[in-house]
Formats: sequence, structure tokens, C-alpha cells
Amino acid sequence: MKSNRHGLQAGKLLGIGGHYVALGAISLLMLVPFLWMLSTSLKEPAKIFVFPPEFIPSSIRLENYTEVLANTPFHLFYWNSLYIAILVTVGTVLFASIAGYAFARIPFRGRNIVFLVLLSTMMIPHEVTSIPMFLFMRMLGLINTHVPLIVLPIFGAGGIFGVFVMRQFFLGIPKELEEAAMIDGCSRWRIYWSIMLPLAKPAIATLTIFTFLTSWNEFYDPLIFINDREMMTLPLALSLFTDEVGTAWHHLMSASVMATLPLLIVFFFAQKQFIEGVSMTGLKD
Amino acid sequence: MESKLNVPLSPDKRTSGTRKKSFNREANLTGWLFVSPMAIGFVVLLLGPLLLALYMSFTDWPLLGEAEFIGLENYRAIFQDAEFWRVVGNTFTFSAGLVPLNIVLALGLALLLVRKLPGIGIFRTAIFVPVMTSLIVWAIVWKYLFATDTGFINQILQMFGITGPSWLYNPKLAMPVVIVTSVLKNVGLNMVLFIAALQQVPVHLYEAARIDGASRTRQLFQITIPMISPTVFLTTLLTIIGSLKVFGQIYVMTQGGPDNSTKVLVYYIWERAFKNFEFGYASALAFVLFFIILVFTLLQWQFRKRWVFHEE
Repeated sequence: MKSNRHGLQAGKLLGIGGHYVALGAISLLMLVPFLWMLSTSLKEPAKIFVFPPEFIPSSIRLENYTEVLANTPFHLFYWNSLYIAILVTVGTVLFASIAGYAFARIPFRGRNIVFLVLLSTMMIPHEVTSIPMFLFMRMLGLINTHVPLIVLPIFGAGGIFGVFVMRQFFLGIPKELEEAAMIDGCSRWRIYWSIMLPLAKPAIATLTIFTFLTSWNEFYDPLIFINDREMMTLPLALSLFTDEVGTAWHHLMSASVMATLPLLIVFFFAQKQFIEGVSMTGLKD
Repeated sequence: MESKLNVPLSPDKRTSGTRKKSFNREANLTGWLFVSPMAIGFVVLLLGPLLLALYMSFTDWPLLGEAEFIGLENYRAIFQDAEFWRVVGNTFTFSAGLVPLNIVLALGLALLLVRKLPGIGIFRTAIFVPVMTSLIVWAIVWKYLFATDTGFINQILQMFGITGPSWLYNPKLAMPVVIVTSVLKNVGLNMVLFIAALQQVPVHLYEAARIDGASRTRQLFQITIPMISPTVFLTTLLTIIGSLKVFGQIYVMTQGGPDNSTKVLVYYIWERAFKNFEFGYASALAFVLFFIILVFTLLQWQFRKRWVFHEE
């Protein structure tokens, strides 16, 4: 009996050990690309071809970074990506929360039909509407500007998804709060702006992260609408680096590190919110 | 809601009547005002383009010059287009490879990670990091890892005396490489959804099973899997829909090559529309994609309705 229990415990320990080994292996597989990217970004160009491969570079070359910054308008790519993502996020949160509040709390005529129609259009593949949108933007002279990259996501599937998320959240807030404010003579706008919006902070945080990341990583729209280098966002610029510099992997990797690192740092400080925010992607399509 | 509001507001019936009326009018007005930015955006940027795209799919619409209405000609041409069938085949190959791998791996990882062991959060973080990394960066790095001469993977193989293949330039290997890198990119997302579902399974079910002497394997197949099957099914459908729209990693890693072996539907649409400027033909292709996605979306909705009902 006693030895049996020991056997059980040993088996359990072994099981836990196996657990860690399996998890360690897959985690390593996920991290190798990042580590190899970082390692290459610090190497002398000649060392990239060295065999056996050096994981920790024997000499560190920071010029890989300064050269990218000097030879490409990298700061512009960065700035374009950043300000577009910020505007898209602010716009989405603002318009989605206003509409979400109305759909949740204002009993206006046609509310349910409009909401259902909005929701059902989320499944339209972006590729379908992007063709006429390209011609429309060309007609307006907005090709090679950031206007389509900002406006389309706010009022596209991402924005509609935001309406859905905000509506769900507002539906969960007790009605009594609003009713009290209404008795005091508060206007709907005041109720939305000073009561409901501050209460919706968790939903807004999630939507913010989701929208920001989607915009920051967006590739298809910039590819279609942007031609000039100075107007490009990071993903588009990076994708063209491969053609332009051919096998200058040390530059490509340092550019990739610069494009990835800031977000990773933010992620480590707000993991829980990030995971919640991004998990919404799984529910969007 | 209105009546509830009006009761304490005005005991006087006459004012109550007028208030209610103005309240409704007010609700209609403000309601529409509040949703108008989204509604206008929807009409101008989604509904309008959708209808225009439908019309365009019945035309020969070049970049310069007049568009010409040609009826169903584009659709007829699509079904006779050998490249189209190749592309559809590639798209389904991609989905058929990615979806099972992704779901099984995500489920396995979720089962490992749902247990409360010390330090387990580190693994969860590591597996989730690629999800929020840019797809383009991820694809670039993997393209580098799979490079023929300088690639990390072939260098490792060489250490064992194996000469690695030219992965992304081999028509038989390029698609599997793209599939595996795509699985690793997004497996963390499904994993997180599965962990959430696993945490919902009532503990007392396992307790009861243990008392009855059910083995771990039996618990997995008779409690865990049935309990989370709605999530698994829904996630599978969402992953299928997502996989049908694959584009970025193909654009970066293979450009549809070698020998068209990785050219998928969205890539083909993009190529026809924005490289060849055949807007009519590309619109028709886009509607074929729309139709395929519609089938899976309707399936998902049907299922989600049942699922929500089941949860209530």
C-alpha cells in the first residue's frame, strides 16, 4: 500500500516533468524566431554565414540599427504606423461606444433591424469591398494618402465589431443609474458621456488594445492604397525591404526588432488586458 | 422603461401623457443621431461598395477606359480558368493542413496550461507572443529561418550532416512550410479560447469521476472533450474562415510561388485586381470567395444560436 502510494507520487512527478518538457519545447519553438532575429540584428554581416551558427554574436554591431535609421525613412514608417493606429483606435472607440450605447439603451424606431443589418455585414470579406473602394479613393484623389487607412477600419468590420462589444457591455450596466440621472434632468449625451463611458473602462481597454494591434499590424490596405515610401506603415515597408535589400538579413532583422520590441515591452506590462483584447479577434470573424 | 420612468416623475396624468410622447420622439431622434456616424459609414463604405462590386463583377472594368457590361461572362471565365481551380485547391490545402494542426495543438497546449503549476504563466506568455506580433515580421523571420544557405534550420540540419532542401523554392515543401509557420503564429489565440472553456467545466464532474475510479484518459474523452465541444466546434469554424483569407504570409514568404504552388484565393484576387488591374474579373473572384465564406459563416451562426441556447 505504502510503496504503491510512492509509485503514484513518482508517476505524478514524472507527469509534471513531462508537462514542463512539452511546454518548454513548444515555448522554445515560439521564441527561437525572436531570439534569432535579435541575434542576427547584432551580428557583423560576414558572421551571418558562419558555420556552425553563432547564437550569441561574438562581436556586437549596433551599426546594423543606425544604418537602417540612416538609410531608410524608418522614423516615418514608425510615425505613420503609430499615428494611424492612434486615430483609428480613438475613432473606433468613440463612434462604436456612441452607437453601442444607443443600441443598448435608447429605444428608437428600427433599432433591432439596423443592429442586425450592421452585424451581418461583418462577414463580408474585405477583399470584396476593397476593389470598389480603391476606385472610389482614386476618384477622390486619396490614393497614397492615409485617409483610407484611417477611415475604412473605423467604419468597417472592426468598427461594427466595436459597436457589438460596447452594446454588450452597456446592456450589463444596471438601468437604475441612468434612470436616476434622467430624473435629475440629464440629457442622453450627458448620461452617455459622464456616466456610461466612465463605467465602460474595461470594455474600452479591451477594444483599444484589439483595435490598436489590428491597425498596427494591418497589411492589405496599406499595400493597396500606398505607393510612396514616405507614406508607408511599418509592415508594408518591412515587406518591401526583402525585395530591396535582397539578402541583407542583418538590416532586415534590426528593422524587425525595432518594429516589434516596443509592443512586446508594453505587452509584458499588460499581459492580461492584451490577451483579453486579442482573444476578441477569435470572436470577430 | 418609459412607463417605469414616468411613474415617479409625474403623478399628474396630463403631463405624463405629453411627456411620454415627447420622450418617444426624443428617443427616436437621439437614437438615430447616436448611431448615425456608424450608419452613414456603413452605407458609404460597406453597403455601397458591396453593391458596386457586385455590378463590377458583371463588367469588364479596366484601370483606364470604359467599363463594359458583359453579364455573367466573368463567372463563366472563372469556372474555365485553370489557374482559378489551382488556386482554390491551394487554398483548401492550406486550410486542410492548418485547421487540424492548429486545433489539436491549441487543445493540447490548453490542457497542459490549464493546470495550476508554478511558473506556468511564462509558457502561456511565450506561446501567446506571436499572436500579437505583426504577421509580416513573423513571416519575414521565418523566411530567414528557412533560407536555403543561410537559414537557421538548414544550418542545424547541417550540424547533423544533412544538406537541407531549399524549402521555400521547392513546390512540394513551400506550402507545408507556410502552413507550419501560420500555425505557430496563431495557435496561442485558440489556446487562450480553449483555456477559457476548460475553466468553465464544473470541477464536481471530475470529482465524481475520480470517485468512480475513471482514469485520466477516460476523464479527458468523457468529460473534458464533450463539455468543451461547443467551443471546439465554433473555434474550428472561425479558424477555417480565417484560413480561407490567408494572404500576408504568402505575400512575404513565397509570392504565390514556386510554380504557383502557394498561390491562394486572396493572393489571386489581389494579383488580378491590383497588379493586372482587371477589376471586373477580380470582383467576380472576390464574390466566389464571399460565397465560400458565407457558407461557413451561416454554419457558424446556426451553431452559435444553438450554443447560446444551450448555455442558457
